[in-house]
Amino acid sequence: MSETLQTLHYDVVVAGGGLVGASAARALAERGLKVALFERRYCGAQASGVNYGGVRCQGRPEVQLPLAMRARRIWDRLPELIGIDGEFVRSGHLRLARRESDLEPLDAWSAMAENYGLSTTVFRGAEFRERFPWLGEGAVGGSLCMSDGHANPRLVSPAFARAARALGAEVLERTPITSVTHDGVRFQLTAKPETGDELHVSCDWLLNTSGAWANHIAGTFGERAPMHAIYPNMWVTEPLPKFVGHNLGVYGGGVYARQVERGNCVIGGGRGTGDGEYAQPSADTTRAVMREACALLPALRNALLIRTWSGVEGETPDDNPIIGMSRTTPRLVHAFGFSGGGFLLAPGVGEVLADLVTQGETATPIDAFAVDRFATAPVSHAEV
Amino acid sequence: MAERTVNSGDTDVANVVIVGAGPAGIRAAQTLVAAGVRPIVLDENVRWGGQIYRQPPQGAGFARSMQALYGFEAAKADAVHNAMAALLPQVDYRPETLVWACDPQRLHTLHGGREAPVAFTHLIIASGATDRVLPLPGWTLPGVYTLGGAQVALKAQGCAIGERVVFAGTGPLLYLVAYQYAKAGANVVAVLDTSPFVEQAKAAPRLLSQPSTFAKGVYYLGWLRARGVRVEYGVTLENIDGTAGVRAIRWQRNGRESSIECDAVGLGFGLRPETQLADLAGCSFVFDDLNRCWLPERDAAGRSSQPGIYLAGDGAGIAGADAAELAGRRAALALLEDLGVAAPSMPDVPHAWDATTIERKLASIRRFREGIEQAFALPKDPAAQWPDDMLVCRCEEVSAGTLRDCVRQDGVTEINRLKALTRVGMGRCQGRMCGEAACHVLADASGQTYAQVGRLRAQAPIKPIPIAPMLFDEHVAAIPEEARDE
Ligand SMILES: Cc1cc2nc3c(=O)[nH]c(=O)nc-3n(C[C@H](O)[C@H](O)[C@H](O)COP(=O)(O)OP(=O)(O)OC[C@H]3O[C@@H](n4cnc5c(N)ncnc54)[C@H](O)[C@@H]3O)c2cc1C
Repeated sequence: MSETLQTLHYDVVVAGGGLVGASAARALAERGLKVALFERRYCGAQASGVNYGGVRCQGRPEVQLPLAMRARRIWDRLPELIGIDGEFVRSGHLRLARRESDLEPLDAWSAMAENYGLSTTVFRGAEFRERFPWLGEGAVGGSLCMSDGHANPRLVSPAFARAARALGAEVLERTPITSVTHDGVRFQLTAKPETGDELHVSCDWLLNTSGAWANHIAGTFGERAPMHAIYPNMWVTEPLPKFVGHNLGVYGGGVYARQVERGNCVIGGGRGTGDGEYAQPSADTTRAVMREACALLPALRNALLIRTWSGVEGETPDDNPIIGMSRTTPRLVHAFGFSGGGFLLAPGVGEVLADLVTQGETATPIDAFAVDRFATAPVSHAEV
Repeated sequence: MAERTVNSGDTDVANVVIVGAGPAGIRAAQTLVAAGVRPIVLDENVRWGGQIYRQPPQGAGFARSMQALYGFEAAKADAVHNAMAALLPQVDYRPETLVWACDPQRLHTLHGGREAPVAFTHLIIASGATDRVLPLPGWTLPGVYTLGGAQVALKAQGCAIGERVVFAGTGPLLYLVAYQYAKAGANVVAVLDTSPFVEQAKAAPRLLSQPSTFAKGVYYLGWLRARGVRVEYGVTLENIDGTAGVRAIRWQRNGRESSIECDAVGLGFGLRPETQLADLAGCSFVFDDLNRCWLPERDAAGRSSQPGIYLAGDGAGIAGADAAELAGRRAALALLEDLGVAAPSMPDVPHAWDATTIERKLASIRRFREGIEQAFALPKDPAAQWPDDMLVCRCEEVSAGTLRDCVRQDGVTEINRLKALTRVGMGRCQGRMCGEAACHVLADASGQTYAQVGRLRAQAPIKPIPIAPMLFDEHVAAIPEEARDE
């Protein structure tokens, strides 16, 4: 395989096999393009495979809603697209208010989202208590978005890569891209598989979907984005009797929680630690989030904690991703910096990237995500 | 917070923490105390002594003599127990304390329904071992115990695991536990050893490097035989039969099927080091052919790859209780040297040798260990005969067939990837019990060696911990504004 690859030319090379890269590779392969996806570790084993699993439109900034709604529709088609349901449950997402004053912004958001066809209901007072008796004193009301839900990232993200391969994309795991240039006509890349010889390929289009590491490629083309690594902190309990009805979040953030089919409660909030390459959960954060989680879900007090983890994600100054055409290099497309919210978006982003490659444009508004929106961002030429 | 401990004659502050109050931890503590250091000793058990010298709970109401509890080991058990008893005023001993996580320079512990961080500058990990579990069909039936579990029942609870007990698997512990059970009056109906007798005979010269230990093994076997206990070698374990509980065990030898009725099975294939803490502490690991597992890297003194972190006893590689005592002392000497404190002279303590002598003794025990591994080798490619419907991971109910399908469909070659895709090892035991079996299935199904499939990375908590105690801690900081994502 590697020998033939050395001489190969692709329409598109996808750099990074997270959910963004894999769904783009899948969409492009489906549209008949010749695609190669390079992943330096395993597809869907980084942020995309270890995240909390929230499939949530509710609470997103307005600029993300068109993309989010497009992405959300794709989630309903998972079995048809990737052959498994990925444990996607349309559980509804309940965004809680911790104080009365949080209810007003929930109302405002709800009214705004209505314009995008997203419907939510805000509950408060006695009605709220009656409807959600399993919630503790930590919440006084909440906004319920029934079309949201949650899924299992460990299954969904690798499955997109598998589906891309099934549609004819070349998917190379444990094969980091080590250098890339543009020769004026096309991209020239080298990649170094963990075992075997260095590979040389060329391509017309390059998709930079390398997650928290995307500045290596962006920097090579002179448009390093202001992005830093974050390490969201996660933990899970032993299986408990079913009691958490919805995917839960809170206005103002701090803790999010869901219960999976087997009964385990998956809970996130705060940060672990890391060195940019690998992440570690933090016991202090776990403790802090436990306190907030138990205020919302008193039943958790009697549970056992069985596992903690974290992952590496890229965060931008405005918490919006970078999606769109490079301003320095033709046919280079970026999609990274999802700031902790890319799981829901990723399948939609894949379609958008495929639009850009095949049509040169997309019907989904993405101007707010332009790579050059950070005018003062320092530009440096990092090595890949 | 942890107490601050000042080592003698020095202005530097050192927080020395020992995890584990077994033979290794106790001898380490003793050496440190003799040099004027006051360590914190954390141990999960109610009383000191570790697994081998486990003490019955205080006031438990059953009084068996040291001789009855520890047999030939009674004098050593006594010496280790007494050593720790004498140390109590000079160490900060915290029994029933589970270390559940480790940050740089800080352990997280759970004790008496409270959660407490313990800061350290120097850490000796003497976390011991647990049974090496290999499944066979029926291994999840009520009445199946690990050998270590069976031993705990006898030593700490004074009861047997059943009325008609079979011990199956391999390793010296198999015979020792069978002997201890029979000696205590239990009905041991058979000992089924998966390793062939010829290998045990061939290993004899190496085993004779520890003649007294070797003699004990021979004695247990002779004793069992003389009492009419059936002992079978070179068996392939086939099935534990039963529905609501164990009814019989079946095996095969040279193509001949046999079975015996029983209501309990003690199962064990030697020991595996408890290495999670070293893993969480950031120590690097290497594959060790003798132990057939990944072990934290260490030098002859017990220094890990992390400055200030030392490894001793079975938790760093199985070598038995005698070696653990030596390694505990050796690690403490290394720690003292790194602190710039002179090695203490301990004239009243037997075997309080210098570093060089200890290392020489440890090397000799290692030769004996090689003999043990030859005599009681693990079954070759055990996974090859495990049926698809056999559960490998009982917490998450993952069968051998599910693992094989995943390897076939996704081309998985690495154990953490297999875990992510199938849930194997994600449950309460965190792979401590099923991880080895999962690695065997993966190696077999992907055509790799056991070493090639990698090792399950440890994730805190080391063991499941209750959430309630976490809520009492006053030192919990709020979640910072910039980390409050929705
Ligand atoms: C712990 C955690 C919890 C989260 N919770 C949620 C949530 O509940 N909801 C939500 O919507 N989002 C959540 N997120 C965010 C979400 O996971 C990410 O936004 C999303 O997965 C980003 O996908 P990605 O493909 O860009 O990144 P990744 O999945 O990180 O993929 C990038 C890939 O690029 C590869 N790569 C990098 N450099 C190279 C190279 N030179 N050559 C080849 N490959 C390379 C990497 O190995 C990696 O696999 C969470 C993130 C984390 C870490």
